Amino acid sequence: MQTIAVIDYGMGNLRSVTKALEHVVDKDQQVILTSSQAEIASADKIVFPGQGAARDCMAAIDQYELRETIVDAARNKPFLGICMGMQVLVHESEENGGTACLGVFPGEVRYFGDDLHDADGERLKVPHMGWNQVGQTRAHPLWQGIDDQSRFYFVHSYYLETEAPELEIGHCDYGQPFTCAIANDNVFAMQCHPEKSADAGLQLLTNFAQWDGQA
Amino acid sequence: MGLAKRIIPCLDVDNGRVVKGVKFVEIRDAGDPVENARRYNLEGADEITFLDITASSDNRDTMVHVVEAVASEVFIPLTVGGGIREVADVRRMLNAGADKVGINTAAVFNPDFVKQAADRFGSQCIVVAVDAKKVSKDDEEDRWEIFTHGGRKGTGIDALEWVEKMDRYGAGEILLTSMDRDGTKQGFDNDLTRSVSEAVKIPVIASGGVGNLQHMADGVLKGKADAVLAASIFHFGEYRISEVKDYMKAQGIEVRD
Repeated sequence: MQTIAVIDYGMGNLRSVTKALEHVVDKDQQVILTSSQAEIASADKIVFPGQGAARDCMAAIDQYELRETIVDAARNKPFLGICMGMQVLVHESEENGGTACLGVFPGEVRYFGDDLHDADGERLKVPHMGWNQVGQTRAHPLWQGIDDQSRFYFVHSYYLETEAPELEIGHCDYGQPFTCAIANDNVFAMQCHPEKSADAGLQLLTNFAQWDGQA
Repeated sequence: MGLAKRIIPCLDVDNGRVVKGVKFVEIRDAGDPVENARRYNLEGADEITFLDITASSDNRDTMVHVVEAVASEVFIPLTVGGGIREVADVRRMLNAGADKVGINTAAVFNPDFVKQAADRFGSQCIVVAVDAKKVSKDDEEDRWEIFTHGGRKGTGIDALEWVEKMDRYGAGEILLTSMDRDGTKQGFDNDLTRSVSEAVKIPVIASGGVGNLQHMADGVLKGKADAVLAASIFHFGEYRISEVKDYMKAQGIEVRD
């Protein structure tokens, strides 16, 4: 029995993520929601979701004493970061007056700004909320069966600015182009919510459930 | 190409059963929330909103089970409104699988509740539902006021000041219903929608009054809404969500195919 552990550190809508995973996994796979260092360490695959503010997420990670466990998992097994679970993988977020994050990857998280406009000059709302198109920067096992420029569900006010462009695996546009998914070896992390993105999202989760962690 | 305007069907739920359920030929049980939600999802709904109209608070738990059942099978954003009065209510619905909760009357009586809920769970899941009614006379500048109790009770609160405040307090979205138009099938109050949309930095969902496809398109084109919500035109099978999308697309509005 293979175990996919969804990390529970008290932030975000974890039920949606576990329900969507349960919907797509094989019979020989189980999905667990856990805060346990040991369970995370022994799981075969990790899903790291997150919602809310960066400072609260980091505080919760430390309160649950999961910092080392998460960083370790991101170094050695198939790992899927979702939304804030992607953002806190980098060095720092601009949110809450500057928040130090996990630093697994180089990069910073920035605010969209209050003066955002589309190409026609229409004002754009923040948060960026709804279905936007995801461009696939490179091929990846997790994009399998998903058309380039498929729409995924987003809800966020901050976006990732990576200092290592080779990390980008998906891109989006909201008043400006931005990196909406990154991948490196065994890690795939995305700003949008596959668990809320209907068929495209379920396909991505299916791909993750079947992924061996090789890019 | 970019962010799509959202089409959101709304289902009223009373004691766990959808009232005015969709009259789909294929549907086995028109009152089953899961079947209704599944059908809307297949038709391309971008989100689904459930409004709990259960009168008795004794039966609140019923809605939790409805949300759990729907969230296990339908993988698009789910919003639940009705009876959300305290932080514990928000937590219960989110834990059941809702992605957002709609706060209406409770926000009017205790605006800090919105702040607390947004601080605790993040703005992304806090939708402030605003029921507004025009109070200005024909020869005056447009002015709308917030009403509670289904539009029966005025509050004296100016709608535009109110939405700006809710934006500052951490609301992630405004669900705006025109009480003048609700149930009339005469279209959204697009002046109201545009005024609200321009007053806030967060997305605005237009609601109340849709009777035909042009009304849906006008909510975006004239009302500058980020999303449009309708109930009865979908319930009675007058229009399919896919028809709304095709129609809006033909008018140059970006939608999710």
